[in-house]
Amino acid sequence: MRLERVRRVFDNHLVVIEGMDLSVDAGEFLAVLGPSGCGKSTLLRMIAGLSAPDGGSIVTNPSQVQTAFVFQDAHLLPWRNTLDNTALPLELMGIGRDQRYHQARAVLAQVGLAEAETRYPTQLSGGMRMRVSLARALVTEPRLLLMDEPFAALDEITRFHLEVQLRELWQRRGMTVIFVTHSISEAAFLANRAVVLARRGGKIRLDRCIDLPPQRTNDLRSDERLGHEMKLLMGAMEEE
Amino acid sequence: MKRFLPPLIPFVAITLALEFAVRSGLVAGYLVPAPSAVFRALLDSRDELAAAMAKTSAAALIGFALSTLAGITIAVLLSSSRAIQRAFYPYAVFFQTVPVIAIAPLLVIWFGYGMKTVIAAAFIVSIFPVIANTLTGLLSTDPALRDLFRLYGASPGVTLVKLRFPAALPQILTGLRVASGLAVIGAIVGEFIGGSGLGSVVDVARTQQRVDKVFAAVLLASVLGLGLFGLINVVSAVTLRHWHASEQQ
Repeated sequence: MRLERVRRVFDNHLVVIEGMDLSVDAGEFLAVLGPSGCGKSTLLRMIAGLSAPDGGSIVTNPSQVQTAFVFQDAHLLPWRNTLDNTALPLELMGIGRDQRYHQARAVLAQVGLAEAETRYPTQLSGGMRMRVSLARALVTEPRLLLMDEPFAALDEITRFHLEVQLRELWQRRGMTVIFVTHSISEAAFLANRAVVLARRGGKIRLDRCIDLPPQRTNDLRSDERLGHEMKLLMGAMEEE
Repeated sequence: MKRFLPPLIPFVAITLALEFAVRSGLVAGYLVPAPSAVFRALLDSRDELAAAMAKTSAAALIGFALSTLAGITIAVLLSSSRAIQRAFYPYAVFFQTVPVIAIAPLLVIWFGYGMKTVIAAAFIVSIFPVIANTLTGLLSTDPALRDLFRLYGASPGVTLVKLRFPAALPQILTGLRVASGLAVIGAIVGEFIGGSGLGSVVDVARTQQRVDKVFAAVLLASVLGLGLFGLINVVSAVTLRHWHASEQQ
């Protein structure tokens, strides 16, 4: 996927992104870091096709058109149970009931929620709700997964578990992930590559391949190599 | 029992206090009848009151059903575009501000004496809360969920049925609760001018100075309003029990 001189201006004439160039390889796990209001979420929405750029172009590989989006909060339909929430994208795509339930059950098992399929969102913890949201995104077997600060509202332990789980799912499925976050440690732990955006105009201040082993478990969190990567990312953030 | 006891206690206390006040002469019986006199009027005129209750119930129910159907349909249309909303919503508000008692004579001219006028009055009085609440609910859909539906190519119709309408259900039911009471009021007002039923019983009993019978008819009208309100509560409990805080306490 390639962004060429992308420009986005809000209705109040605020230029959020100006002349952004960025390319993302298939199968890459890219973290996008930056201060609030720098255009991270706007960038994600444009890549998803939920809003159009005011200039430039976004070129997507035709084999990657199947896109899924995970929001900051779980945003489940509260009147549907876990299984029906997970199967929702397939339902909207016109897939038959038996097949969509079969696929939804398989992905719920992958995120460790096989036992919770009849529960409603109000009966789930914050971490479980986010896992349902992740399952809902994965059920269509997307080639491109866009995540907008999905773990920001969770407690640290739950977040650590979900980060490890997400990394495993990414490795197993080989999809491209673009992960927007405020958290330097999260970006360094999860991603293969991280870009740090400037406060204004979506300029890229740092574009770095994260030099860490592919298998990432919670043990890595105390590794000095992770600390080094975090330091570099923090340096780019602080320059702001 | 725990649910019914709290409202029952003040009802019994007020009834006993009123009975005592009238019997002891503290309150004139020709102004406010003793509860026992109202009970007697209910028994003595039971056939007449039952027939009137049936007519008022039918008119209020039909008026309420029509306002529900029309109100939700209008709200869906209004929510479909900002331009339509700006063009027509002020008229819906204007409709609400016209007092039904002022247009009731017009209804008689248009529909004649009888059931149609009463249904029209019930409909006119009860439609606005349905429109206003449904519209608020339909316009309050979580933008992230709307994005999600767009992402998977859902049509506006599918988005309405699978997202916007269920998300608006708590507000729609709030509108229906308000409308249910108003439909009974509208039916009674309609009957004052152009029909039989409890409104007519009240009007005739008033001219005969039968305050006990007026109270008996008013009591039955309240029971009808409570019945409709209870019906909406049952629908609310069934549809929202799994997911909405209002039904989970």
